[in-house]
Amino acid sequence: MLNFIWLIPVFPLLGAALQLFFGRRFSNRAVSAVSVGLPGLSFLWAVGCFAQFLRLSESYHHVSLYTWLPAGAFHLSNGSLVNHLDVKVGMQLDPLSCVMMLVVTGVGFLIHVYSIGYMGHEGGYYRFFGYLNLFVFFMLMLVLANNYVLMFVGWEGVGLCSYLLIGFYFDKKSAADAGKKAFIVNRIGDAGFILGLLLMFSVLGTARFVDLNKALASFAPEAGYGVLTAIALLLFVGATGKSAQFPLYVWLPDAMEGPTPVSALIHAATMVTAGVYMVARSSHLFRLAPNASLWVAVVGAFTAILAASIALTQNDIKRVLAYSTISQLGYMFMAAGVGAYWVAIFHLYTHAFFKALLFLGSGSVIHALSGEQDMRKMGGLKDKIPITYRTMLIGTLAIAGIPGFAGFFSKDEILWQVFSNGPALVYVVGVVTAGMTAFYMWRLMALTFYGESRVDAHAAVHIHESPRVMTIPLVALAAGSVLAGWIGVPKLWSMLPEGFRAFERWLAPALAEAAEQGAGHSAGLEFALMLLSVAVAGCGIALAWYLYQKKAPKTEPLEAAGWLYRGSLNKWKVDEAYDFLFVNGLAKGGGSALARFDNAVVDGGVNGAGWLTRFTSTISIWWDTWIIDGAVRLSSFLVKLSSYPVRILQTGSVQGYALVFVLGVAVVFGYYLTR
Amino acid sequence: MIPTEYYIFLGTGLFTIGVIGVLTRRNVLIILMSIELILNAVNINLVALSQYFKHVDGQVFAIFVITDAAAEAAVGLGLIIALFRNKETVNADEIDLLKW
Repeated sequence: MLNFIWLIPVFPLLGAALQLFFGRRFSNRAVSAVSVGLPGLSFLWAVGCFAQFLRLSESYHHVSLYTWLPAGAFHLSNGSLVNHLDVKVGMQLDPLSCVMMLVVTGVGFLIHVYSIGYMGHEGGYYRFFGYLNLFVFFMLMLVLANNYVLMFVGWEGVGLCSYLLIGFYFDKKSAADAGKKAFIVNRIGDAGFILGLLLMFSVLGTARFVDLNKALASFAPEAGYGVLTAIALLLFVGATGKSAQFPLYVWLPDAMEGPTPVSALIHAATMVTAGVYMVARSSHLFRLAPNASLWVAVVGAFTAILAASIALTQNDIKRVLAYSTISQLGYMFMAAGVGAYWVAIFHLYTHAFFKALLFLGSGSVIHALSGEQDMRKMGGLKDKIPITYRTMLIGTLAIAGIPGFAGFFSKDEILWQVFSNGPALVYVVGVVTAGMTAFYMWRLMALTFYGESRVDAHAAVHIHESPRVMTIPLVALAAGSVLAGWIGVPKLWSMLPEGFRAFERWLAPALAEAAEQGAGHSAGLEFALMLLSVAVAGCGIALAWYLYQKKAPKTEPLEAAGWLYRGSLNKWKVDEAYDFLFVNGLAKGGGSALARFDNAVVDGGVNGAGWLTRFTSTISIWWDTWIIDGAVRLSSFLVKLSSYPVRILQTGSVQGYALVFVLGVAVVFGYYLTR
Repeated sequence: MIPTEYYIFLGTGLFTIGVIGVLTRRNVLIILMSIELILNAVNINLVALSQYFKHVDGQVFAIFVITDAAAEAAVGLGLIIALFRNKETVNADEIDLLKW
């Protein structure tokens, strides 16, 4: 099974090809069967490969398919000659890619199942599943690749699918614009990625992960390690774009224009985590570039608190979750930045469960309310959609970091690692953000499910729990949100068997060594900090409960914060700043330059071709009229001309004819007489 | 005897008058008469030369020509009557149906 690991991405690719080429003719049931069955098959195959891998003794397993970009001998920037620059299409199964592969196929499969119910009444059903399958293919290529170039293929591909799916309702201008925005902002990040990749080629001579780590181990340049910092930072720029960190996060809130399953799969569980995965893959590189790692942590922290501050005031249920995703991704980068790569992946893994759950749950709420997304028009839904309510409650507790749920273990580990190995400010930011997270998530729950119903009358009569095809994935993800964390409990809880700390040990062979457990590594301190983070989360929830449930206000209580509230509600005007700085200039100046180019050169070319056609046709007409017809007319003219003298002979006078006879006889007679 | 040349000259003279009559006269009946004149001139020639060569073929041929002239005159008159019925004229220069 392991040798056919390439089937795992190929199954959804097959589904995508079938749907996108032929799907229009299939019934919805056929589309569902194919497009949900194939990812399910991928998941089963992935589990099988995982099981097989467990029994192998090697730390990674390569399957090389074919040479994609053959390369000859190549001189590195330090003068040495390398011969192994070939880029092959190959897959690498190691602990890290195992985790990612299982998350992508597992959560992806559940979201596909959910989509059967959610998208059942929409047009373009086959197109949706085609794009969704295509996305799963590219994401699996990304996580299973054994070199950066192939990973980049998947990287670009998921960006493309994100664009296609965000702009799924393409006749809605806001959706089409959001798709464009996502792709363009992503592209900016991709530019950084490519530069980093090229620098990697020229300095280290390889893009394969395994070879790169070996090259880094023996890397001792005279010029110092600055070039590694450059490569790391450039790769991180790519991660910033893909994983929506500051300043390239602006596309993710707008991406909520896409259908909710898209938000769950792409913008919560998988695509946005590609940046984190890439940084973890490059852990050996980042280990050798401490300045870059510091920058990663700082950007992650800043993004986390910035996004959380915006999430506090948003009224659209999906926007809150979008900013929450950006914030949680910031946490993952904080962990990666301080060297705790396994913790970043751990949080990625738990976050996939509860964020997908929250998004799908919000989709269920929206579905129940016939499309309403504004939380100001929700309320009192707790008893009307109980399964949705209970699963979302579990998701909320998980993300807030309540002990026992998955998010607690991962978030707490991040905060501990940041405290031990990172700048104090980053830790403080992390704690404050945790409190804000708990607050805005409980605010979301309070506004949506508790209190008096503020639902519009005509939507209220249709409130119904979602069908089983939608609630079963919710329940499955809720189970994951509870159970998933229990394989990464901190060392503190050493009373539990070793199995509960399996995650770190499992990932260790694939990642650079975690940072030294710095000063202050006493069990007591760790326990105290754990209590602090739980207390902060509890305060956040309590404050939200007090403001939104106990007082049951008619208006938004946060408005009391005045300019802070308005600033947060307006997303701190970052989008407007970008518009002013970049978009207007490019759109107007570039746009008008492009428009002028289009009018002058492109249209000129087309018009010129038309003019040329008319001109040649004019010549053709002249030729036809004067030369061809002239020849015809000339011949008739000549005949007419020659008829004049002949006509004279036809007098009709018989005597005249007789005269000619006589003359003829005379001539013949004369001839014979004079012979 | 009368020298044969005299007969030839007579014949030639008559022929010429006949030809000129055919070519010049307006009335188709006169043209017919001129044609008869031509034929008779030929007869004179035939007989004179038969006498010169002491051969009777000439005279036999002259009988044929006379017969032929008679038939032709009949046919010619028939033609003129048909022509007159259609064209109301016996003037040769008014019969120009073949004119372009």
